[in-house]
Amino acid sequence: MIPDVSQDNGLATYNFAYLDEQTKRMIRRAILKAIAIPGYQVPFASREMPMPYGWGTGGVQVTAAILGPDDVLKVIDQGADDTTNAVSIRAFFQKVANVAVTTRTVDATIIQTRHRIPEEKLSAGQVLVYQVPIPEPLRFLEPRETETRKMHALEEYGLMHVKLYEDIARNGHIATTYAYPVKVHRRYVMDPSPTPKFDNPKMHMSPALQLFGAGREKRIYAVPPFTDVVSLDFEDHPFAIQHFDKPCALCGADHVYLDEVILDDKGGRMFVCSDTDYCEDRRAHGHAGEMLAKEAAE
Amino acid sequence: MNLEAEALTGGFAQPVFNAQDIFRMVMDGMARPGTLKQVAVDIDPPAPLGRAAGALALTLCDQDTPVWLSAGIARSAVPGWLAFHTGAPQTREKAEARFAFGEVGLALSSFGLFATGSQEYPDRSATLVLEISNLETGSPLTLTGPGIAGSTVVRPQGLPESFLRLWAENRTLFPRGIDVVLAAGSDFLCLPRTTKITVKEN
Repeated sequence: MIPDVSQDNGLATYNFAYLDEQTKRMIRRAILKAIAIPGYQVPFASREMPMPYGWGTGGVQVTAAILGPDDVLKVIDQGADDTTNAVSIRAFFQKVANVAVTTRTVDATIIQTRHRIPEEKLSAGQVLVYQVPIPEPLRFLEPRETETRKMHALEEYGLMHVKLYEDIARNGHIATTYAYPVKVHRRYVMDPSPTPKFDNPKMHMSPALQLFGAGREKRIYAVPPFTDVVSLDFEDHPFAIQHFDKPCALCGADHVYLDEVILDDKGGRMFVCSDTDYCEDRRAHGHAGEMLAKEAAE
Repeated sequence: MNLEAEALTGGFAQPVFNAQDIFRMVMDGMARPGTLKQVAVDIDPPAPLGRAAGALALTLCDQDTPVWLSAGIARSAVPGWLAFHTGAPQTREKAEARFAFGEVGLALSSFGLFATGSQEYPDRSATLVLEISNLETGSPLTLTGPGIAGSTVVRPQGLPESFLRLWAENRTLFPRGIDVVLAAGSDFLCLPRTTKITVKEN
């Protein structure tokens, strides 16, 4: 449905979703090429946004370019719907696009995320938009853009394997725990943005389209649905995700990514789901973790 | 209607929302190659440009994207229509074109003259919008590749004879290559360069 765009108050307003139409076309063309070349970073003319770099200007521009009046938007920051970054971006799109928002993963058509993939399995109708600080996985190994570009062109990823090997030589295991490099469609090595490596397996053969926007670095890249995403590893040191000793203290969920919360200055701590929506949903369905059960008993 | 009048009418009634609607279809089409999409937005590009091809042009082309038109389209009212509605410059050099539009029955001897990008910048490549007779009654072709769970079958009718050979060559260039949109009237489907096409055996 097309909303009524007549201006009855006589005041000019922003274009729908803040960006002007030419900017949207430029971003849209970049997104299409990004999808056609999975894992390849497409340069784009990133705009100044009304928020500082590092607050997700890349993700916001991608979302603004794809967002329509029928979409339902969810924004998460480290898994949580209620942190500053998530709240302000959600409010931004409510203001400039008057779009419906939700915190429930299953109801959202577009999920903009900072550093997590929801625990709930995504479906085919959903688009996951990542905010990316540094899109180049080789940047800390080779600072020159001219060189890293050539390395991607020649599929020369030896340096990345050396880095993982040095991890093993120093620590006995691959000590990279977030922004763990992946190979997409057996061709490009890609930075999954600083998500914990716990989330890497969720990117593999995901039914949802995944788009990545880096505003300061001016890059857009994508992983189409049902695409091979393999975490780099060695035969004798296979890739493994983090494991937690205890389930979530609030909802009792196993096999989810947990955040540590310090409770007092005497060493008290709890581990809770980083995905707040998933945790709340489980509690609403009667699941109770250790802390919650204790509270109920008192 | 004379050529000038034809050029001025038949664009998007609601440019912002119509373009967003069409783009989401193209984005989903590229992300899920072979999915049949139908343009419901009421636009009326001059013949021989179909509604789907016209909608794609209105959505994606502007002053930054040189457009190449096949001879049949270049002779029609389409150049004026594109110029008026999108402002896209038109070029006769295939290598300069970001978007290329071909009419039904276009004899295609090679993709080679279209920009395929460089090994460093494979995104600097052309998107070819090819009009064919229809997308439903041709002999079945099997598609596999990113965006497709397992495999999917499409039935385009009236592909240029050389298409499958050219497409196989195009795939060997990866990550370079062109991307193709097959359009027929209001319908279209996308073939990004990663998609593998094989003739379906019964």
